[in-house]
Amino acid sequence: MEPQSLAFRTRARRAIADPVIATAMQRLETGWQLGRARAAAALPEFDALRDAAVAIKNHALSHLDLYLEAFERRFAERGGVIHWARDAAEARAIALSICREAGAKTVTKSKSMVAEEIGLNPFLEASGLQVVETDLGEYVIQLAGEVPSHLVGPAVHMTRERIAELFAKAHGGPPKQESAALVAEARQVLRRRYLEADVGITGANFLIAETGSIVTVTNEGNAELTQGLPRIHLAITGIEKVVPTVEDAFTLLRLLARSATGQEFAGYTTFLTGPKRPEERDGPQAMHLILLDNGRSSMLGGAMREMLRCIRCGACMNHCPVYLATGGHAYGWVYVGPMGSVLTPQFVGIDKAWTLPNASTFCGRCEEVCPVRIPLPKLMRHWREEAHRRGLAPPTARAGLGLWGFLARRPRLYRLATRAAAALLGALGRRRGRFGRLPLAAGWTGSRDFPAPEGQTFAAQWRARRGGRP
Amino acid sequence: MSEARTAVLARIRAQLARGSEAEAAAVADVAARLGRPTANLVPARGRVAGEACVAQFEAMARKVGTEVERLAGPEAIRPAVLAALRRHNLPMRLVRAADPLLEAAGLEAEPLLEVRTGVPEEADPTGLTVALAGIAETGTLLLASAAERPTLLAFLPETSLVVLPTEAIVGSYEEAWARLRGRPGWPPRSVNLITGPSRTGDIPPSIELGAHGPKRLILFLVDRVA
Repeated sequence: MEPQSLAFRTRARRAIADPVIATAMQRLETGWQLGRARAAAALPEFDALRDAAVAIKNHALSHLDLYLEAFERRFAERGGVIHWARDAAEARAIALSICREAGAKTVTKSKSMVAEEIGLNPFLEASGLQVVETDLGEYVIQLAGEVPSHLVGPAVHMTRERIAELFAKAHGGPPKQESAALVAEARQVLRRRYLEADVGITGANFLIAETGSIVTVTNEGNAELTQGLPRIHLAITGIEKVVPTVEDAFTLLRLLARSATGQEFAGYTTFLTGPKRPEERDGPQAMHLILLDNGRSSMLGGAMREMLRCIRCGACMNHCPVYLATGGHAYGWVYVGPMGSVLTPQFVGIDKAWTLPNASTFCGRCEEVCPVRIPLPKLMRHWREEAHRRGLAPPTARAGLGLWGFLARRPRLYRLATRAAAALLGALGRRRGRFGRLPLAAGWTGSRDFPAPEGQTFAAQWRARRGGRP
Repeated sequence: MSEARTAVLARIRAQLARGSEAEAAAVADVAARLGRPTANLVPARGRVAGEACVAQFEAMARKVGTEVERLAGPEAIRPAVLAALRRHNLPMRLVRAADPLLEAAGLEAEPLLEVRTGVPEEADPTGLTVALAGIAETGTLLLASAAERPTLLAFLPETSLVVLPTEAIVGSYEEAWARLRGRPGWPPRSVNLITGPSRTGDIPPSIELGAHGPKRLILFLVDRVA
């Protein structure tokens, strides 16, 4: 997907004016945000588990090559076929050749953000395959021709009425009113798709080096039907997903659902180790795994390494005041919210996404709730600096920052300037005590008054209180 | 080995930039960790035992929408299955695992019940299988694939009936996994941790059951399984 992140401001403005998005975002606050708080409070060890999770991921990442090799060995011993992909194009080509070799016509797919990242669906469809998403949220946005607006709930921005219309158009019949009826209808339609499909594509939440297993997590049970019914199972995931042992995965799993939706554990967590065994009566005949790099390895050596701990729970966006105002589509690419503001510049280039790290108030809630303690504000700041170095922001913003930087480095001049500004504004606003409109500050005064300064500047008051000492 | 593999691994190594001394230590570290998998922090609620463990498991399982029925012994499985089908007004038809516990239950002797063993098909309304462990921490069931226990039994039919010997209830996921480790063919192809029936929140405003997997999960906890 071509990133639209540079249009963040326009897209955000449109989204903020949209009452449907406002209602959806409210649901996130009362649902998943509150749910996470409750789940964390109900488990006294929650914060200690986060520390343990950080240690596991840090260890795995600093030995990534060795764990990937160990994983590969076990995976192959169990009859799995591994495919390494340097970038998105390579991964897409591998996926297509697996489908072609299987003589596939229909492919079912359970939710995979990596597949979104590489634009797998449009590519396979352009190659003549029918691709059917099975996660209900993904299915809905596929029908609508949209992209996910949330990491865990791709269709959180949709109303039931809109979904009913989409279903009526795709499946025929009058639009249903009740959620239960819509779910039942999707169940029936998708059931046929599972049984027709030649290849089932899933993501993987974790890879386990000890056993060569991949782990999928869902609430609907769609991953199990996606990989369990067709002849071929193709999993696709990033290289950073490997952890040493099953025990390590359990520690991360204790955090995943609690952080994501406030559930204590997701409905279905499945450990898959190889294809159907000779004595078994079900399971896929072949199991493939595409291990995608796509720039992840280049994050290992620098500041971005911490981002590779991400377990894709979505807590950062559920708690982000910017995301909760704009929804996911404003971000203009696959990954949204704070984690998206860090990852998008990495994947599509800072020149195509410098707006995103600026879409933050740096309130720090994302870092506060991140189960693997990723310092998201710090990483966004890293991208802001990079964007500034490359001169990507518009000239007015750069000039403003330049002026402020010039003053901030000269304390005496800074104090003089602020004193002058405070005195001027104080004098001008003395009568009303506030300004309804101010030049250069329309962003502020557009929705509220700007208070007129009274008396001394902060620095002057500080000095006075401390008896003349700075 | 592929060109891409070589390239990706080389990029990782270049970024990690371990010296030759650190390299040996890293290899030893990884071998040690993989050779002796150990549990990390297990929350207190996962460190329960005995009847308290069973009680917690039952409570947690009910909380996530699993119907739980405790049976005094394996002989009670047959009447309990029949009663559950009647209670939910379900067709008198099921497909079951060829697990010894279910072989001994004598369901086939029931005149009004149609029973088949093996893999469920689209039209099968109810599947019956056996779980290898119950996890008290979150009321989670651990199922594992085997020749006699097709995975799909707990995923394809709309109603999932599961039998779990009470003695197989443990506190934590780690304990449950430890029961598998080292068995022949370990790890099984598919290990499913199941916590309640299938659900979705994707169509607002409510959580709906039976999105793709079972709408109903009925668990028979069986005491005195030899």
